[in-house]
Formats: sequence, C-alpha cells, structure tokens
Amino acid sequence: MTTIEGSENMSVKIEHGEDILTAYLSGEIDHHSAKAMREEIDMAAGQAKPKSLILDFSAVGFMDSSGIGLVMGRYKFMRDIGGTVTVQNPSVPIKKVMRLAGLDRIAKFKELQIK
Amino acid sequence: MKVLNEFKISFPSRSVNEGLSRIAVSAFAAQLDPPVDELSDVKTAVSEAVTNCIVHAYKNTVGTIEISMRILDQNRLYIKIKDKGCGIEDIEKAMEPLFTTAPEEERAGLGFAVMESFMDKLSVRSKVSKGTTIIMYKKFSSR
Repeated sequence: MTTIEGSENMSVKIEHGEDILTAYLSGEIDHHSAKAMREEIDMAAGQAKPKSLILDFSAVGFMDSSGIGLVMGRYKFMRDIGGTVTVQNPSVPIKKVMRLAGLDRIAKFKELQIK
Repeated sequence: MKVLNEFKISFPSRSVNEGLSRIAVSAFAAQLDPPVDELSDVKTAVSEAVTNCIVHAYKNTVGTIEISMRILDQNRLYIKIKDKGCGIEDIEKAMEPLFTTAPEEERAGLGFAVMESFMDKLSVRSKVSKGTTIIMYKKFSSR
C-alpha cells in the first residue's frame, strides 16, 4: 500500500488486488485537494490498468463538486481501457452531491458493512 | 428582516483557504444549532462559491474574497460572497448545469447547480472586470 499526503487535510492509499485497484480517499475533497488525489490515482491506475477501479469514500468527511470531476475523470479513463469504476461507501451528504451530478448513472455504487 | 448577528471575513483567493472558509461559515451558522445535513448543504454551497472566485474570478491572479454572514430571524442564515475579479459575461450560461470554462481542471460545471439546489435562495450579480457577488439564504429546520 502506498500513501500520499498531498496536503494537510487529505490523503490517498492505494491497494492493488488482482485486476482491482482500490483507492482509499480520506479527508476533504475540494478544488484544493482534488488535484493531488487524482494525480495519485491516475499514476497507479495508469501502471496497473485494472479491470475495476474502486474509489472508497469511507473516510471522506466532505466533498463538493470537485469530487464529481474526480470521479468523472476516472470513469472516462476506465471506460477507455475497458474497465469500470465503483464508488464505495460514500456518506449521505456525499451521495447527495453525486446524485445531483447523475454519477449513479455511470458508476456502480457499493455499500460495505462497517467493520 | 431582523439581523441578530453578523460576521465578516476576507482572505486571499488561495485554494488552501477553501477549507478555512467552510469552517468559518459553519462555525458561525452553528449558533442556529442547525441539523447536520442542512449545515453540510451550506458548507458545500460555500465551497462552490469560494472555488468559483479562485478558479474563475481571480484566474491566474490572487485577489480578495469577502464573506459576510448574518443570522436572521426565523432561523435563517444569509451569506454574501464577493470578489473583485473578472466578472461573468453571461450569468445565465454560467449557471447552466455542466457548463464550465475550466474543463482542463476537471471542473464538472456544477458549482451553481449545487448552490441552487442546496440553498433556499441564490442571487448572482456580476459585472465584467468589476466582480461578482453571490447572495444565498438558508432557513434551518428547528429541532
């Protein structure tokens, strides 16, 4: 697992599985933090070319529409290489922002039981 | 319209201040003891407005963003976000969902759509080369 601390309030942890890449996002996703997050995910996804990219939002406390750009951009990348994007465990307010953008129409949503 | 309290902040349009501006507004609004989900709506709307100032109004430059907040009667919050940046040429167009002039930054073009849908009232005044002022209202449910 690699961790990047892009700024004081966010981080991305990447976990490689067979054909699956999971990016555990944490902190607050806004215009300030999104750039470092997407660069980190793109670097890992570009190398691994997984069939499935899972973006885990369990530890994301806040997200504005910058997070929509983040998911849409990764969706386009995965579509181009024939893979899928799954949004995992977004909180209720984050889901509200995602629904406004219609992200539920392009990405899969998955809720995991809280460990 | 009775003003029960007010608070003003101004800060340079650096992206690191996006988070700080959300915290300031939510700390001020906390006086109304708002439900968590409604406070989260306000934080998201403020984040969109401040990001617009940084990404668009003061593109390639740094200017001052001013936020005035007021607690009004009937559990209402007033927020004014003002910049003296480039202004918006066509407000109607800018407010169309998915319209963005910054696709290279992966801006989704949803800033105004979020503000409109998460707040009760939104007004936008803008003059090219003079700046933009956004006024938003939110009435919190009483608990």
